[in-house]
Amino acid sequence: MSEPKVVDSEQSDVFTGVSDAGPKETVKGIATKSIPAFVAGEELADLADADPRVVVMTADLASANRLADFGARHPSRFFDLGIAEKNMITAAAGLASTGLMPFVGTFASFAALLGFEQIRTDCAYPGMPVRVLAHHSGMSLGYYGTSHHALEDLAAMRAVADLTVACAADGNQLRAMLRASLAVPGAVYLRLGRGRDPQVYASVPDDFAFGRAVRLREGADGTIIATGSMVRPSLDAAGLLAERGLAVRIVDLHTIKPLDVAEVLAAAGETGGIVTVEEHNVIGGLGSAVAEVLADHRLGVPLHRHGVADQYVLIGPPAALYAHYRLDAAGIADVVEETLAGSGELGGSA
Amino acid sequence: MTQPTAAMDYARLADRARFIRLETVRLARIAGAGHYSSTFSAAELLAALYYHQLRIDPAQPRWPDRDRFVLSKGHAAIGLYPVLADLGYFDPAELDDYTRLGSPFGDHPDMRKVTGIDFSSGSLGHGLSIGVGMALGGRVQGRDFRVYVMVGDGELAEGQIWEAIMAASHFRLGSLVCIVDRNQLCIDGPTEQVMAVEPLDARFAAFGWQVQRIDGHDLAAITGAFGRLAPPGTGAPQVIIADTIKGKGVARMELDLNWHVGNLGPDDYEAVRAELLAGTGLLAGAGE
Repeated sequence: MSEPKVVDSEQSDVFTGVSDAGPKETVKGIATKSIPAFVAGEELADLADADPRVVVMTADLASANRLADFGARHPSRFFDLGIAEKNMITAAAGLASTGLMPFVGTFASFAALLGFEQIRTDCAYPGMPVRVLAHHSGMSLGYYGTSHHALEDLAAMRAVADLTVACAADGNQLRAMLRASLAVPGAVYLRLGRGRDPQVYASVPDDFAFGRAVRLREGADGTIIATGSMVRPSLDAAGLLAERGLAVRIVDLHTIKPLDVAEVLAAAGETGGIVTVEEHNVIGGLGSAVAEVLADHRLGVPLHRHGVADQYVLIGPPAALYAHYRLDAAGIADVVEETLAGSGELGGSA
Repeated sequence: MTQPTAAMDYARLADRARFIRLETVRLARIAGAGHYSSTFSAAELLAALYYHQLRIDPAQPRWPDRDRFVLSKGHAAIGLYPVLADLGYFDPAELDDYTRLGSPFGDHPDMRKVTGIDFSSGSLGHGLSIGVGMALGGRVQGRDFRVYVMVGDGELAEGQIWEAIMAASHFRLGSLVCIVDRNQLCIDGPTEQVMAVEPLDARFAAFGWQVQRIDGHDLAAITGAFGRLAPPGTGAPQVIIADTIKGKGVARMELDLNWHVGNLGPDDYEAVRAELLAGTGLLAGAGE
């Protein structure tokens, strides 16, 4: 296990929570100013300086996802396909077949749900090195509503053979993922937040590897296994739980596939129980993956799958939604405490 | 395959079209069923592509500058595999286990299993998008290959096709050549009854494509259309709408809905082979 330097959110000047610390500037209704985590365009432009395979595509969201930053530096290797996600993903596969490595960005709802067959049949099945940047995942588009939410994408993507599936916790981890992806032979699905994700990693982790989880905090009373957007609030929940006398281990299980089985088994063997936390339906995502590991190894460890309980979420701003569904630090802390006390409801909950 | 020769050997191409049909019949018998009629409509087109037009080298199947061919109507792969074997991409004997457990050859082609297949296909409506990506890839890398994509006419009801048609003209992908096998039928009936595609030439033209419309069984017309293609590069994408007959070459199958997928019994198998070997209709309109 690596021991990364973790940012304390209380001290981080980057952590902005939900309200934006910087001046607000909206592009197509989405605030993009002073957002630290929308780094893919800039990072990929850097990578493309050294790697001629890198090309970038988007579907009329170049401003929202800041892939325009790439286009500004590498205009001949940047393609905006318009509002045509299926064509974009399949065309990326065609590009990849000529020896290039396309990174394609759009909302997770459209990438994974609209473009599922294109990812499966045109990218993963033929082994094309397409990297899908599925941003604004989960319910991070808030009051945009269910059409723009992706609470099912991990379940769908996890079932696709020869596809690497990972969730970035913050901009620094995303940079590490983009760099590591250059060496992945097949297709990759990267699940990203909405670009204003609170920071977890103080710098770009130089030991990042797909499939190798990161233990962010030690504790023996229980383990929170979180992914993507839920890593930061889970860390903060661990702080709250410490005040209540509970020492909780925090594992950033960034890669959903291939899964770090050893790290799940370590949590099962060394701590008092596991709570998985994901901004996703409790069916089919991180919690299901962990449950499968425990079942496959005949382990009767207390497990609670925390996420969205198989429902379409309410209309509301993201912060309000996270609080309502107990996916903020306070909510997660309560769920963990209930689970470890044996008083929580059975099964997955929100 | 070497560079196209100036002297066109229509008899040779007609013979290879006959070979495609005969092999389709043979392989379908191994599988117990096959897409006869969708392959027969494309037999002259496939023969003209592989034995006349494509810049390919079977000794270098991954040659970066080769022309690409995407069989978007992947269910005609049963007619493409024998061509690839005949050209030397793999041992023709491998086809004897067509579709058997573990065979590289399924009803729809898998580029990871079959040498010479430039992209896997089978789910209709995807192939032209693949071609858009390949043409963009050629542009990014400064290569002058062409990308040929064969689509079916029923397939044109897929929305993604029209996304690709828009993108191809938007990006001025002059290296992209779409060939429509306009064989008139989809599974449930004539396209014009199930989901009309006409006026096809006007539709492509309205989307900014350069359009040629030809008799897709006339080898002189096919090679003539290939000869009139604009040079690869930046410009209007090009479509060849090939009017064909689904089931062409076997009388009982021509424009008969029942033969989209079928299986010839033993007696019929011999009768169809005899019909094909007699060359019925195969040289019609070939010009020489």
